Amino acid sequence: MFVIRIPRYWRSKGFRYRLEGYRCEKCGHFHHSPRLVCRKCGSRSIRRDRLSQTGRLISYTVVKSSTPLFEQYVPYVVGVVKMVDGSLVVGQVTDCDPEELREDMQVEVTLRKIRVDGENKLIQYGYKFRPVIE
Amino acid sequence: MQEAILGVLRRVAVIGVGMTRFGKLEDRSLMDLLAEASIKAMKDAGVDYEEFDSVYVGNMLGSVVERQTAIATALVDRLSLFPAAAETVENGPAAGASAVKNGFQAVASGLADLVLVVGGEKMTSLDTATLTDYIATMTHPEAEYMHGATLASLAALLMKLYEQRYGVTEEHVAMVAVKNHRNALKNPYAHLRREITLEEALQSKMVAEPLRMYYSCPISDGAAAAILCPLEKAGKYTDKPVEIKGIGHATDYQTLHEREDPAVLKSCKYAAEQAYRMAGLSPKGIDVAELHDAFSILEIVESEDVGFFKKGQGHLAVEQGVTELDGVLPINPSGGLKARGHPVGATGVAQVVELVWQLRGEAGERQISKNAKRGLACNFGGFGNNTLVHILEAIRK
Repeated sequence: MFVIRIPRYWRSKGFRYRLEGYRCEKCGHFHHSPRLVCRKCGSRSIRRDRLSQTGRLISYTVVKSSTPLFEQYVPYVVGVVKMVDGSLVVGQVTDCDPEELREDMQVEVTLRKIRVDGENKLIQYGYKFRPVIE
Repeated sequence: MQEAILGVLRRVAVIGVGMTRFGKLEDRSLMDLLAEASIKAMKDAGVDYEEFDSVYVGNMLGSVVERQTAIATALVDRLSLFPAAAETVENGPAAGASAVKNGFQAVASGLADLVLVVGGEKMTSLDTATLTDYIATMTHPEAEYMHGATLASLAALLMKLYEQRYGVTEEHVAMVAVKNHRNALKNPYAHLRREITLEEALQSKMVAEPLRMYYSCPISDGAAAAILCPLEKAGKYTDKPVEIKGIGHATDYQTLHEREDPAVLKSCKYAAEQAYRMAGLSPKGIDVAELHDAFSILEIVESEDVGFFKKGQGHLAVEQGVTELDGVLPINPSGGLKARGHPVGATGVAQVVELVWQLRGEAGERQISKNAKRGLACNFGGFGNNTLVHILEAIRK
């Protein structure tokens, strides 16, 4: 019932696996999904690019009640991360106790299992963040 | 809206309203609810079945919850409103307000003389987790949804930002919920007719830190309807027409975290500014408001972004009782989404229905104490995004 059709999922793999998106060549704004026009400056010169592998956690929430496919993972942390180029990205923060989190802490990208689709049994992978051990 | 157009448009009045009770209505289908609200509005306006030119139905989830599409076609059939034009309007949780806007446009342009606008939703036949998932599908598929970012988690991030930046405390957010529950106690149509205490709210189940269950709306079934016609013909039906004086509608970035300033609901600001301009009013001209408090923090944020209070001061108004039923500017006298309930497609119309009752002085026990002449409704079609604002004004003889 909550199925994301496999081709639709496959089409979005660039950003999900590698934080690969579309950067405006004129103003440098990064878009996580395909754009024909830069949403910041209106330029049409856009090239594929990847975000950095590290960033800083600027805000987060600990989710304690969720949707069926995420319910088995609660509590989980949804964070907002500022990447090196200033782009903001939402992702789960893993490999740590929520208690250890603090704002402005350095995090890095890691590829993880996100959830298992209930109907297709498709294991959905994607990026998550984890604290950088300093 | 271009100023030049305003002189050309016909003025539009709401001549009748009605709604079902909101709540867990197990014995009724979506179509039953839409029909009940419509018939009540028709009775209120005293209109005959054969008179309608157009029917607009606001609905978001009929296709997934009831496995029914083309809802408006079915409703016209159910009510024998043939050959009225029928159209279903899907605009997320702003489907209701979008239906009102469509109705306004049809009448104002001269395309239709009598329009039925109805919004409705059947939600309680699904469990909370499944519904949370359907609602979450309106977030960005790759940038939010796939990370398990629920609407509640976005509201939690906004609440945190407000706490850090403006000194809003959890108590302020809880006070909004307590107020709206208290108002709903006086509203026979409300889903949660139960007073709650601050302590109870502060100890309720954590959904996404720092957001608790009592700071979010329940899952409800329900429908609401309004009948529109040109103001010049309103006298044929009612001696208490309410004019739709201003409409604003604007959008912003889909993802909360990428907005210019996530603490500012720009679409809400733009929509409100448009509506005030069209109505020739400022925020000071508003006597009562129905805001989209799907999460209690949103009522505080919206009260600032529609221009009632300065940015960062909405919580002080709550603290001082300004937004209570007997305050200077009552907000959500109906109980709001929090306590009247939030059957998503119904909400935008239910807000208009409540304002009509308040402006006609027919809101019973929850009638605001000041003499209300103008009301404002704000309905979101995304998280603090795709905002519609309607301004209504009582026409008194």
